[in-house]
Amino acid sequence: MMKNSESKTEENAKALSRRDALKSLLLAPLAGGVIASTGCASGGDPRSAVQWASLPNSYSYGRTEVEKQRDARLFRESYFREHELVTVAVLCDIILPSDHPNGGALDAGLPEFVEFMVKDRERYKLPIRGGIAGLDAYAIDNFGADFINISEAQRLTLCDRIAYTDVGDAELQPGISFFSLMRNLTLTGYYTTAAGFADLGYQGNTPNIWDGVPEAVLQRHGVAYESEWLAKCVDQSRRDITAEWDDDMNLIS
Amino acid sequence: MAQQQYDIIIVGSGAGGGMATYQLANAGLKVALVEAGAYYDPASDEQRTQLRNPWESPRRGASTRLRPFGDYNACIGGWDLDGEPYTQKDNTDFMWWRGRMLGGRTNHWGRISLRFGPLDFKRKDIDGLGDNWPIGYEDIKPYYDKVDKLIGVFGTNEGLPNDPDGFFLPPPKPRLHELFYIKGARKSGVPVIPARKSMLTKRINAERGVCYYCGQCSRACSIHADFSSSTALIYPALRGGQVDLYTNSMVREVLTDDEGRATGVSFINKEDRQERQLNGRIVILAASACSSARILLNSKSPQHENGLGNSSNHVGRYLHDSTGASRAAFLPELMDRDIYNEDGVGGMHVYSPWWLDNKNLDFPRGYHLEIGGGMGMPSYGFGFAVNQYNEFLGERVGGYGNQLRDDIRKFYGTRLGISCRGESVPQWGNYCELDPTVVDEWGIPVLRFNYQWTDYEIKQARHMQDSMEELLEASGGILLGSKPGADRNYGLTKPGEIIHEVGTTRMGDDAATSVTNEYGQLHDADNVFVVDAGTFVSQADKNPTWTIMALSWRTSDYIIEQMKQQNI
Repeated sequence: MMKNSESKTEENAKALSRRDALKSLLLAPLAGGVIASTGCASGGDPRSAVQWASLPNSYSYGRTEVEKQRDARLFRESYFREHELVTVAVLCDIILPSDHPNGGALDAGLPEFVEFMVKDRERYKLPIRGGIAGLDAYAIDNFGADFINISEAQRLTLCDRIAYTDVGDAELQPGISFFSLMRNLTLTGYYTTAAGFADLGYQGNTPNIWDGVPEAVLQRHGVAYESEWLAKCVDQSRRDITAEWDDDMNLIS
Repeated sequence: MAQQQYDIIIVGSGAGGGMATYQLANAGLKVALVEAGAYYDPASDEQRTQLRNPWESPRRGASTRLRPFGDYNACIGGWDLDGEPYTQKDNTDFMWWRGRMLGGRTNHWGRISLRFGPLDFKRKDIDGLGDNWPIGYEDIKPYYDKVDKLIGVFGTNEGLPNDPDGFFLPPPKPRLHELFYIKGARKSGVPVIPARKSMLTKRINAERGVCYYCGQCSRACSIHADFSSSTALIYPALRGGQVDLYTNSMVREVLTDDEGRATGVSFINKEDRQERQLNGRIVILAASACSSARILLNSKSPQHENGLGNSSNHVGRYLHDSTGASRAAFLPELMDRDIYNEDGVGGMHVYSPWWLDNKNLDFPRGYHLEIGGGMGMPSYGFGFAVNQYNEFLGERVGGYGNQLRDDIRKFYGTRLGISCRGESVPQWGNYCELDPTVVDEWGIPVLRFNYQWTDYEIKQARHMQDSMEELLEASGGILLGSKPGADRNYGLTKPGEIIHEVGTTRMGDDAATSVTNEYGQLHDADNVFVVDAGTFVSQADKNPTWTIMALSWRTSDYIIEQMKQQNI
């Protein structure tokens, strides 16, 4: 048990040092094509950096050789173009911003997590690539530039239209679907980090002795243990005493 | 190459093979244990996935083809193995799980450990369907008793007619969502009792640890506080020095002599791809119901032209899996709940055994209900559809920004789920056979499946759906999703999906209608035995593992006795 809490501390330290190594890409118009002809809607120089915590590119957690090789191959591959990666980063940041004591998506390395999942699960590739392209087209139609090159207020205007599932507009459905997928990946990526555990207040994944629901919680929800049931449950003060039974199947130790 | 002569060769290291290894090695016999997968011990830090945080996995515990139950699941194996295909006849859609590791699937099963009851051995007497077992509860009861004490299982003695009492360790207290289920079940008149699972809530010996409630039995326990064949049976047997373990060894066939008796097995060493032989006085198959059938069918000789043990044409026949269906609900009462550690043991602390009489129903055979929910560890998938329950509160679903953090906490641990597991009726027409043209990467002919559910199972699934709706609503839940109708077979799982396949080498007194006798001994070769679930005549509405081990122990005692008498 000692060993475990030590390794947990080590992990936290690693997570912190990861956060120091920020990855940084520029929000910038792509050369050529539609972008060049539409230019930048917000006027002036839109170039500003989007930064996120970097994630490790190797892991060790009880893998077989075949699994290690597969993961190493996934880490070597890259799928997103820089423009796509920046768009993912901007969306993750909108979904779970960093202006919070527990940090946000970019602090939790979300762009790299999303890219890993997209490489890991073939079925995500097209919806995300196509989703970004669709979002850019929508931004150009509305504000004259692709999503990362319109103003923050303009981005939020677009997000407001595709962030809710009750919007009936048929043309928006692909965008709504894409935004839902990005929200799913962002939240799952964030809440599976130490920061996410802290944000949730998660208490488990550690050796402990379960001895029932706390009394105050039972009272709050108006439920109680049946006394007959409780009498059959484990007496945790005797857990380490070796089990013995009489011939009638009664536990006597 | 010079060959050692073993007393016993055991193929497969899961529940049946582990128990036979333990019993026969402890009796002083020299045992070769042959396993198609690699060595595995969750206590080794290199193989440990237990107590890992989700961020230690780049995919945060998401499943892969190599780990269908998630990246941290202890399983090495699955439904879709590289180089080991299987085929389907007509429109069969059978899912065949193979474990490929020391201990087999006992490393990652749910540890639900239910004795079959007296009625479960005599179903034909009750509904006229299928066949009776050649043994009754009284024959197996002493072995269930011994398995309880050797392996350890928590539960309670309830005096139920077909869910027998046992030598139980005390169960853990229910969790909060389980208290809501208990209330609902009481209201609906459905019995609910503490779960029966092989986790050590109390010490049973000096070697194995006592459960520390991380809730991660599916990752295999590094202190060996839950049962797997390797931790509870094989490591102790290996320490005795009577067992030679052959891992990564894929058995092709049982070898026989001119009299049709077994002389050993041939296998392929997966590391160098070379074929080898082991010689032994007795061969025990414990490779799982379908794998053992496959080995028998591939063991053709002039004395066994139809495959070993198959003079009756029954090898592979009567293959059947448990039925399954599930449903879930949202418990509004648990919104914004207090957060504390309620990991408990892996999976449910309470369940409902079958409670009705089929005489009054339009289908035969029953099912039990398994209860899920609680404040589990976030893993891949956590936060998906984050605020979908807003639909029930008249609020918008979706959005972005920091309010999602509130939604996460608001709905954390508010889901209550039920899974039903039921008994199907064995059918002659549901079977596995050798595919005449397809081989695996070792050149061994593969299995082809023929399997269709019947109206019995489909009607049972419809009843499951009605029961689950009633219970979830009685528990204060708002039903999620839609109720599957006839077009979806009422949500009935695919055959093989529950991973309880049994029946391919069923036991019986009549050599014309069964493959083995009541001790798992082939009618056609007296020194070949089957100790996996292949010998089951019928499945019962219970998980098969406890019965596999009780029968394997019974067979082991029989083998020791027969060897003493020099009958084999």
